[in-house]
Amino acid sequence: MPAIEKDMKTKELTLSMGPQHPATHGVLRVVLELDGETVIKVTPYIGYLHRGVEKLAESQTYLSALPLTDRLDYVSSMSNNVGYCVACERLFGIEAPERAKYIRTMMSEMTRISSHIIGVATHALDIGAMTLFLYSFRDRETLIDLFEMTCGARLTVSYPRIGGVRNDVSQEFLDKLYAFTETFPATIEREYETLLNENRIWKQRTQGIGVISAEEAINWGLSGPNLRGSGVPYDLRKYAPYDAYEKVQFDVPVGKNGDVYDRYLCRMEEMKQSNRIIRQCIEQLPKGAVMAPDAPKFTLPPKDRVLADMESLIHQFVLITKGPITAPVGEIYVATEVPKGELGYYIVSDGSGRPYRMKLRTPSFVHVSTLPLLCRDAMVADVVANIGTIDIVLGEVDR
Amino acid sequence: MELKDIAEMIKDRYPTELKETKEFRDQLSVVLRKDRIKDVMRYLHDTPELHFNFLKDLSGVDYLGKKEPRFEVVYHLYSLSHRHMIRIKAEVPEEDASIDSVVDIWAGANWHERECFDLFGITFKGHPDLRRILLPEDWEGHPLRKDYPLKSDLGEKEWHGYTETVEIAKKNKGYEVI
Repeated sequence: MPAIEKDMKTKELTLSMGPQHPATHGVLRVVLELDGETVIKVTPYIGYLHRGVEKLAESQTYLSALPLTDRLDYVSSMSNNVGYCVACERLFGIEAPERAKYIRTMMSEMTRISSHIIGVATHALDIGAMTLFLYSFRDRETLIDLFEMTCGARLTVSYPRIGGVRNDVSQEFLDKLYAFTETFPATIEREYETLLNENRIWKQRTQGIGVISAEEAINWGLSGPNLRGSGVPYDLRKYAPYDAYEKVQFDVPVGKNGDVYDRYLCRMEEMKQSNRIIRQCIEQLPKGAVMAPDAPKFTLPPKDRVLADMESLIHQFVLITKGPITAPVGEIYVATEVPKGELGYYIVSDGSGRPYRMKLRTPSFVHVSTLPLLCRDAMVADVVANIGTIDIVLGEVDR
Repeated sequence: MELKDIAEMIKDRYPTELKETKEFRDQLSVVLRKDRIKDVMRYLHDTPELHFNFLKDLSGVDYLGKKEPRFEVVYHLYSLSHRHMIRIKAEVPEEDASIDSVVDIWAGANWHERECFDLFGITFKGHPDLRRILLPEDWEGHPLRKDYPLKSDLGEKEWHGYTETVEIAKKNKGYEVI
């Protein structure tokens, strides 16, 4: 070794990564304290996207607060809507019709696939495996087009309603979706997994990186694939079933080592399971209404009736402008399994038409807080892998 | 275990701390005094029959003008092994808006408590790193309090941060500000 390197004096370096950085998946700022390539301390700073959704919701009626939930995790808006509707239905004590439940389950799982596609693809892109991004976004496009076909919007859908869904799905939608589910598992195996599962570089970059044990993961409140990657089979679709999840068969994949690679495998397997659920939903889809008919105080009347008879018109007008005025006094915490993990709505009702307090327990918020834990003894490059693996969306972190 | 039995267990162990229990839509709320909240939480976490090992959520609620004391800190606890959930509500008065931190028990409470501090101004005693989290460090007020206005009182005026930035940009040559 040349003499000059022996006497070289080094000092710790503080590096600010973000808020504008391609690998932070949004506007996340991470301050790294480095000793050479080794990370000593990681401090995440959030809040750049804070819009005060919780404060805004207090000024909205229960119906008009729905579009706010789209903008939390904007890559899986359908799941957020479903979670909100399930929570409100529980608060009001109403039940959506069977068909609506199946449609919502189906839509939630489509969202899960498209969200996991973004999660895994951008994660792989950060680490250097670019091809997956190109393949998987083609498949995501199919799903997004199907959303557009049903509700007119691609990303911020606002399709579910309290007490059902906005409109029925068409036969063409079901046919196209079914055709998609026939080929998708093979696509995952042939195109996604062959690129990464046994890829030597991918394995070196992910195996043994960002390890978190099951006890730690529970203690830190992780949920979704991040918790299941550590071997804890906690999935709200099984633990507290809502909508049609009780009536469909699916497995909950869990990892063993709790590292980046296992979390990746969990997401891949979850996509296949979601595919399974969608197929069952289409096959079992019952006939009937898509909005709860016997709860006129809370649910909007069908559009054709609004245009035809006076009573429905008045009813819709009152609901939109004043909200359901007889929301029972009480408080409720309802959580659903969104692609990122557990999304909880804590709604306090004071009997008026607006939520007195609506707290959103978003999974990404909890997941970012574990970044210092995941980056123990990590190298700079592992920080990028760790940000990718917790699969965060900053719209949800900052609210 | 039935939810009622959980309430009974807390009542037997901490008769003076428990104020009331409520059940709504099959969810149990337990209202506690805040002074020994950490003991109760430790008990809920460590007792094998209860084993509330998962902190789902921690949030604040402001009941300004609705009841006294003004604030409540609400914990949603879940047991992964027994699959039961409970809601613990600790009452926090306005004049002494502080409560013991539970970060030692559930590490995940760290950011939730910071958020509650940021948006409600409730101090968590014993928290390792109590700073604002969602809002800038120099922000004034706590937005989720009910007496905090929904709309800005600036009206047509620009926010001072923006005008300052414009001034700095003007001083630097070569920049034009629209």
